[in-house]
Amino acid sequence: MEEHAGQQAVSTGETTGVDESEPSGSFAMYTTGLAFALLLTGASFIVSQTNLLWAPGVSAGLAVLAIAQMGVHLVFFLHISTGADNTNNVLALAFGVLIVTLIVSGSLWIMAHLNSNMMPASAIMEMQR
Amino acid sequence: MSAQTLTASLAGPEAEASRSRSSDGPAPVRIVVAYGFWLFLLSDIIMFSALFASYAVLSGQTAGGPSGHELFELRHVGIETLCLLFSSYTCGLGILAMERGHLRRFYLAFGLTFVLGATFLGLEVSEFVGLVARGAGPSRSAFLSAFFSLVGLHGAHVTAGLLWLSFMVAQTAVRGPRDFVRRRLLCFSLFWHALDIIWVALLTLVYLMGAR
Amino acid sequence: MLGKLSWHAIPFDQPIPMAASLLVVVGMLAILSLITWKGWWPYLWREWLTSVDHKRIGVMYVLLALVLLLRGFMDAIMMRSQLAIAAGSAQGYLPPEHYDQIFSAHGTIMIFFMAMPFMVGLMNFVVPLQLGVRDVAFPVLNAISFWLTASGALLVNISLVVGEFARTGWLAYPPLSELQFSPGVGVDYYLWALQISGIGTLLAGINMVTTILKLRAPGMSYMRMPVFCWTALCSSMLIVASFPVLTATFGMLLLDRYVGMHFFTNDGGGNFMMYINLIWIWGHPEVYILALPAFGIFSEVIATFAGKPLFGYRSMVMATLAICVLSFMVWLHHFFTMGAGADVNAIFGIASMIIAIPTGVKLFNWLFTLYRGRIRFEVPLLWAIGFMVTFAIGGMTGVLQAVPPADFVLHNSLFLVAHFHNVIIGSVVFGAMAGYYYWFPKAFGFTLDRRLGIVSFWCWLIGFYLAFMPLYAVGLLGMTRRMQHYADLSWQPYLIVAEAGAIIILCGIIATIVQLVVSIRTRESRRDRTGDPWNGRTLEWSTASPPPAYNFAVLPQVDSLDAFWAMKQRGQVVPAARYESIEMPRNSANGFVTAFFAVVTGFAMIWHIGWLAVLGLVCAVLTLLAFGWVERREQEVSGEQLANDERVRFRLMDSA
Repeated sequence: MEEHAGQQAVSTGETTGVDESEPSGSFAMYTTGLAFALLLTGASFIVSQTNLLWAPGVSAGLAVLAIAQMGVHLVFFLHISTGADNTNNVLALAFGVLIVTLIVSGSLWIMAHLNSNMMPASAIMEMQR
Repeated sequence: MSAQTLTASLAGPEAEASRSRSSDGPAPVRIVVAYGFWLFLLSDIIMFSALFASYAVLSGQTAGGPSGHELFELRHVGIETLCLLFSSYTCGLGILAMERGHLRRFYLAFGLTFVLGATFLGLEVSEFVGLVARGAGPSRSAFLSAFFSLVGLHGAHVTAGLLWLSFMVAQTAVRGPRDFVRRRLLCFSLFWHALDIIWVALLTLVYLMGAR
Repeated sequence: MLGKLSWHAIPFDQPIPMAASLLVVVGMLAILSLITWKGWWPYLWREWLTSVDHKRIGVMYVLLALVLLLRGFMDAIMMRSQLAIAAGSAQGYLPPEHYDQIFSAHGTIMIFFMAMPFMVGLMNFVVPLQLGVRDVAFPVLNAISFWLTASGALLVNISLVVGEFARTGWLAYPPLSELQFSPGVGVDYYLWALQISGIGTLLAGINMVTTILKLRAPGMSYMRMPVFCWTALCSSMLIVASFPVLTATFGMLLLDRYVGMHFFTNDGGGNFMMYINLIWIWGHPEVYILALPAFGIFSEVIATFAGKPLFGYRSMVMATLAICVLSFMVWLHHFFTMGAGADVNAIFGIASMIIAIPTGVKLFNWLFTLYRGRIRFEVPLLWAIGFMVTFAIGGMTGVLQAVPPADFVLHNSLFLVAHFHNVIIGSVVFGAMAGYYYWFPKAFGFTLDRRLGIVSFWCWLIGFYLAFMPLYAVGLLGMTRRMQHYADLSWQPYLIVAEAGAIIILCGIIATIVQLVVSIRTRESRRDRTGDPWNGRTLEWSTASPPPAYNFAVLPQVDSLDAFWAMKQRGQVVPAARYESIEMPRNSANGFVTAFFAVVTGFAMIWHIGWLAVLGLVCAVLTLLAFGWVERREQEVSGEQLANDERVRFRLMDSA
């Protein structure tokens, strides 16, 4: 699905080795990432299932751990970095995160207000009978 | 603030290099393909977020039926999580092997990835079948509709990924590690890692918070 | 065996749909027979159906849009005619069940299959040329995108002949669109057509963003890109960010209808407001997806025909980016009245007013560009001036409705209908017409007839005001939208004037069709030999008309804004010293074949023909795999051929 159109400035004839501008990481990176991810996963299960964290703070704690683990994946597995040639990738990710935040938090906020102000649909239907 | 200033503030002394690089003419194919696929992944994550939002809104609507607390088995979920996480790891190792020319290790790593992914899928299917058998199918309540759709969409992506993985391994075996094959393998690995990222969100929001 | 499909699906008992169906079927058969008889199939297959050239694909998108403009406008004329007569005791000629399908089809077709393809088509054709490169990032994906869009359009039109269309309005709100209240196939036609074309649009958006960010001529930094490319970038970013939400939302409604889930049903804990919330999270960015490229077209046109660089380039770019981000923060203004409460309404109301500011910045920049320019009143500039006045009015009625208390009076009245037609026709349709006339010579090598262009413009402008200004009035008098009949006779005079306006617009459309026919007949007298009929400023005008498949024999070296203008000033429009061979992608049948199976799958899902749906889907996937298995080969264009083409081009330029 990817095409040339006679327009590369740089030859892409590489068959071996790692392209310097797009490092695919190393064994150390992947293994470190795995270790962090395992730790964070374990911590999430513990936080959720035991009383280690103060009860009302569990949701926030889980959210923080999840975001941290997503970050670990992004950095160690997907090689997102703040290098110069990565700017477009980071900007795209930032835009994506903004949109996701708007969608999820906007929906929750709006729906919470709607639900508290308006009669549930099933009750409206009952009224009509 | 112009795009160039933004680049400079993000990347210090490399700004000079990047400024010349972005107006160097068309970028190499490998970068173009990877970026396009990254955009596709982000759009996929946005699609998931719409379903996440629906789940968050509807998770309390059990219509008198069972809730997450009654239905979710965290041990089962824990094994699924480990399968997927390790499959991400083996996928990464496979890509490393491919780039260093160690084809046998590549096939081994990707074979493991497939097995781990298939195990994940099998466990998930058995969970779904069990829920339906208990009368907690997707048409029971809004909560269950959202649950089955969200987790099911992720499972469908995993299924598509396994199909893609098989196709890519076959293509590598028959055509060899040519440029276009490598580019696609890179895209596959991005896809597979992204699925694990989505699973982290799923695990946390649906299972861990729902089981309380 | 055939699911819900039977002979009853064909509307034998309804005269108007039957007549329309016969017209369409006979027309299609006539065209297909003509092509077969003339032996044009090999040419069509080779040059168009399997083309991966962005210019060909762009032309096909625009052609699709123009054809669907006719279909959507027929719906409009039918509605206007009905409302002009259905006052008091008169019932008109369209029963409510039919009228409901007409307004639903009108909106769906005009937005998804007229406005979107028109803008996407113009972006496809122009952006690579303006960026100084040879094609978009993913040419085969581009073809797939077009054919999936065409598939959606085909499904909607099949609903005219086989079955029915949705009666729910163009957004299909539940609970009306749920199975309980819409048990027929209408909503399913709507959903599957839009799911299929939605995938095409999403892929096109990804393609365009990647192209603009990663493929530009050497030296073309971000701040040297034409403004049309900036608006194309922002519009495409909005596509990538918003269409997945549409896919997810329609997916949930499909699950409700097909599997009995309870996302938006009245029972089982469903919440129909969640649909409305999600659909407008897509819906508001959608209108900016349409408007931003139109703004870009006007920026190009105004600068060219004022003979001056665009005023305030930097602020234009900033305003475009601001609109892009803000468009995701206003969506609740589409349902102020649904009960979210004062706090929520206030925030979104204020945000909706803020988003008018960057648009105002753009308007002033266009005015300052015209000020003290050497203005040539060519047809595209007429459209631009018409746009500025019309859009300003429409924008103001928008800001008015952004005030929640005012919206409580005006929501879903004809005032709203007048507002959104005002802004969409004013920006998108006028922009499409301007872009069509402006870039037609580049695409086909000859200009369009000028006088008929002027006739078309004035008919559209006068017709638009006559058709929609009365709707503002009658909306304030209390008339709501989507009414097949009304009791208050005092509304009728307004609606008769509106009908007159619609007829004048029809004259404008006819003028455009005649213009095309006449222009083709007399094309030799209006050949574009220089490639630069308007004394343009941007790089597309530095190529031949039409450009060769590879666009540029040598990629231009860019060192300023308005790169072609700079080249002309410095006398740099000369042949290159040497030409190196290049590689261009070969044609591919991938798009056409995949889309064929998409139509089969969609039709089968609509009519619940299980085995056919599975077969169609499997074949579609196998198509993608089969085409993916073979390594794509390219074709070389030799240096000698490039040199030859250039020699011909410069000789033609010198003879002009």
